[in-house]
Amino acid sequence: MLHTVNKSSFERNSLQSCVNIIDDSSVILLIEDGVISATNNTQSSIVSDLASQGRVYALQGDLEARGISSKVADNIKVVDYAGFVDLVVEHGTPVSWV
Amino acid sequence: MSTKKFMYLNRKAPYGTVYALESLEVVLIAAAFEQDVSLAFIDDGVYQIVDGQKTDGIGMKNFSSTYRALGDYDINKLYVSKESLDERGLSEDDLMPLVYEDEDDDWAEKPSVFVVSNAELSKIMSDQDVCLSF
Repeated sequence: MLHTVNKSSFERNSLQSCVNIIDDSSVILLIEDGVISATNNTQSSIVSDLASQGRVYALQGDLEARGISSKVADNIKVVDYAGFVDLVVEHGTPVSWV
Repeated sequence: MSTKKFMYLNRKAPYGTVYALESLEVVLIAAAFEQDVSLAFIDDGVYQIVDGQKTDGIGMKNFSSTYRALGDYDINKLYVSKESLDERGLSEDDLMPLVYEDEDDDWAEKPSVFVVSNAELSKIMSDQDVCLSF
């Protein structure tokens, strides 16, 4: 399954909730303010394990808008909107953790 | 008209919510009334003045250039929480180099961004007449 998270983990616990619940075949796409959790910071550990398994993506446009595309943490895959579509095709309808 | 000290607390990242843009609007209104305005950037609010914002990819207006114009409105006290930067893996070098021209010093260009500790920030806050949080 594909899960999208659109809130900063400094503000909300939606990313942590998502990580706690999803199964081993699920992937996470960070969008909007969610991309803050894709950069190297004190919240990075929330997704570091999943990222090392290649299961965490972040949306390029949202990283660029916030000026943080050069700060993406290791193993997080950056995708554009076409990549977002590919993820939906591969994993089916996303679950949106608003 | 009497002048009051207004501080605007910016606590949210830009673009994901409308808070950052709305705060800017209100800041400019206060400046138009020639009030003593200062801004604080804490928590995810520090992302509002990160350098190199590029919004083509999300189809939203890039309003980061407005922060560069604040000096022309005599808004030249932008305080940034050191702790908030540290938590986010950011440093002063990641912020826009915002400046103003000091009319009392032959229009010399001076920095308007000040990275301060939360303790210093709380002192500055307690010195205000009004604090508005966005």
